[in-house]
Amino acid sequence: MQKLGRAATVTYALLLYAFIFFPVIVLVLFSFQGSLFPVPPFNGPSLRWYRAALGDERLTSALVNSLLVAVSSSIVSVLLGFLAAYGFARYRLRGTAFFRGLITAPLSVSYLIIGMGLLILFNGTGVPKSLTAAAIGHVVINLPLCFAIIYSQFGEHQVNIERAARDLGANDWQVLILITAPILWPALFASFFLSMTFSWDEFVIAFLLTRFDTTLPVEIWSLLRSGLSPKTNAIGSVVFGISVIMVLVLELVVLRRRKS
Amino acid sequence: MTEPLAVIRNVSHRFGTVSVLDDVSLNIAAGRFTVLLGPSGSGKTTLLSIVGGFLIPTEGQILIAGVDCTHMPPAQRPTTTVFQDYALFPHMSVAANVAFGLRMRGIRRRTRRAAAIEMLGLVGLEHMAEKRPHQLSGGQRQRVALARALVVEPQVLLLDEPLGALDLKLRRQMQDELKSIQKRVGTAFLHVTHDQEEAMALADEVVVMNQGRIVDWGAPEKVYSRPRTRFSASFMGESTLLEGKVVEVDGDQLIIATSLGRLTLPGRAAQGEHVALAIRPERLTLRSTRDAWLHLGRALVTDLVFQGSFKRVTAVSESVPPVELVIRVGTDEQVTVGARADIYCKPADLILLRN
Repeated sequence: MQKLGRAATVTYALLLYAFIFFPVIVLVLFSFQGSLFPVPPFNGPSLRWYRAALGDERLTSALVNSLLVAVSSSIVSVLLGFLAAYGFARYRLRGTAFFRGLITAPLSVSYLIIGMGLLILFNGTGVPKSLTAAAIGHVVINLPLCFAIIYSQFGEHQVNIERAARDLGANDWQVLILITAPILWPALFASFFLSMTFSWDEFVIAFLLTRFDTTLPVEIWSLLRSGLSPKTNAIGSVVFGISVIMVLVLELVVLRRRKS
Repeated sequence: MTEPLAVIRNVSHRFGTVSVLDDVSLNIAAGRFTVLLGPSGSGKTTLLSIVGGFLIPTEGQILIAGVDCTHMPPAQRPTTTVFQDYALFPHMSVAANVAFGLRMRGIRRRTRRAAAIEMLGLVGLEHMAEKRPHQLSGGQRQRVALARALVVEPQVLLLDEPLGALDLKLRRQMQDELKSIQKRVGTAFLHVTHDQEEAMALADEVVVMNQGRIVDWGAPEKVYSRPRTRFSASFMGESTLLEGKVVEVDGDQLIIATSLGRLTLPGRAAQGEHVALAIRPERLTLRSTRDAWLHLGRALVTDLVFQGSFKRVTAVSESVPPVELVIRVGTDEQVTVGARADIYCKPADLILLRN
C-alpha cells in the first residue's frame, strides 16, 4: 500500500513537470529540425535555423532592442524604486500607508490596461510610438516590484548605521551611495534581474507602444503570423536560453550570498 | 576653574506631550570622563542625542568650545558617537570603517589608512584591519566603533551604553580599557549607562539622572558617600532610608526624631523640617567598639546572603513603625537568621537628605 502510494506521488510529480516543460522541450527540440516545418518527424539535429534566425537582420536588431529596453528600463526601475523605498523607510509622512499602497498598485493592474492607458496618454501628448515608450511602459510595471523588494529589506538596524555615517561627516548623498545602497546590494541586484526577465519577454505593452523598431517578442509574433517555421523555434530558444541565464545568475549571486 | 568645554544650558525636551528632559544644565570639562547615570526613562540617552545633534531640544542650548551647536547637524559638530549596537558598516573592512570619517573630510587614501591603522593599534586591533565586522567578537566590534569615532579627533566623544551588549566579565574588562584609552587620548568622554558599578569605575564625574532631571553630580566617591537626594542614595549603591523630623537645632548639630529614636548628628536644617537619613550598609555594624557609636536599637535578622568577601544582612528593627536595615558585615561575624542584634553607627555616617 505504501509502495503504491509512493508510486502514485512520483507519477504525479513526473506528470506535473512534463505538463510544465513539455511545450518548452518541443520548442527547443524542433529548433534543431532539419526540414522546413517544426512538426514530427524530427529529422535533425541541424543548426540551419539558428543560422537563418541569427542572419535575419530584423530578428537580430529586435534582440538588441529587447536587451536595450530591458537593461535601461530595469536600471530606471531599480533607481526609482530604491529612492522611493528609502523615502518611505526613513521619513514619516502623512498618509504613508496610502501612498505606499498607491506605488505598488500597478502590480495588480493587467499589462493590457497599463499598455492601453499609456497608448492613450502618449497619443494625447504627442509622444511617438518607440522603444523609449515601451521602456517607459516597462518601468511602470517593474517599478512597483523593485520598490516592494527593496522596501522589504530596509530594517531598523540600518538606521543607526546611517546615523553613524552622518555623525562622521557624510552628507545625504554620501550616505545613500556609500552606505545604504551597498548594504542593500543583494536586494538591488535581485530586483534588477527580476525586472530584466519581466521586460525581456513582455509582449502586450511592447506591442502597443512600438512601431518600426520593436522588441523581440513583438517581432516573433509577426513572424508567427506568416506561419510556423523552425526559425521561430530557434529564436524562441534563444529567448528562453537568455531567460534561463538571467534566472541562474540571480540564484547564484543572491541566494548563495544569503546562505553564507 | 577653567572654562568648561561643553555647556548644556537649560535644556528641556518633549516627545509630543511627554516631557523627557526638564530644564537640565550641565558643564562638561575638557579631558574628563563624565558618566550620565540613571534608570531607563531618566532621559540620559535623550540628553546624549541632543549633545550629538540627533535631536534638537524643545528648549535650551548646547555650546561646545564656545560655539552654539543647538541646531547644528551631527556632521558639523565636534562630537562623534559610539552607538550601543556599534553601527559598524558591514560592507567595509575594519580599516575602512575606521577611516570613514577621514574619507568624508577629504583626507587622501594613504594618509587616512595610516591614521586608521594607528588608531586600531591604540585599541589593540591593528592585526584585524582587513577583517569584516561580522568576523569580530562583540568586544572587538566595540573597540572598532571606538577607534572609528576617535580617529576624527572629536572634542567630545559620546558613548551610548557602549558596554550594554557585552557579558558581565567582558564588560568589566572593557571598562578598564575604556578608562585607559580615555586617559591616553585625553578627549572628553560623555558616557551613558544604567549600571552604577560601571559609572563608579569609569567616571571622573558622575551625573545621576532621574525623571528628566539631574538629581546628583560630582566625583563618584562624593556621590556615593554624600548623596544629595534620596534617589541617588538608593540608586548609586544600597542604603537604609530613615524618615525623620528635626526637633532641635544646636549650632551645627541637629537632633532628629526618627522611629529608631532621637539621633544627634552634624548638619544644617530648619527646626521642624521633615528630612531623611541614609546609611550605607558598610557603615552599620553589629558591635559597639569605640566611643562615638550611636545605638540604633535592636533588630531581628530576617535574611543573610553570603557574597564572598562579605555578608549582606537584612534586619527589621523592633521599633514602631519597623525599619528595614541593610548591613554589610565581615565573613567572620557570627550572625544567624532569626537572631536579634544591636545596630550601631557613627553619627557622621548618617547622610542627611533634605527634601
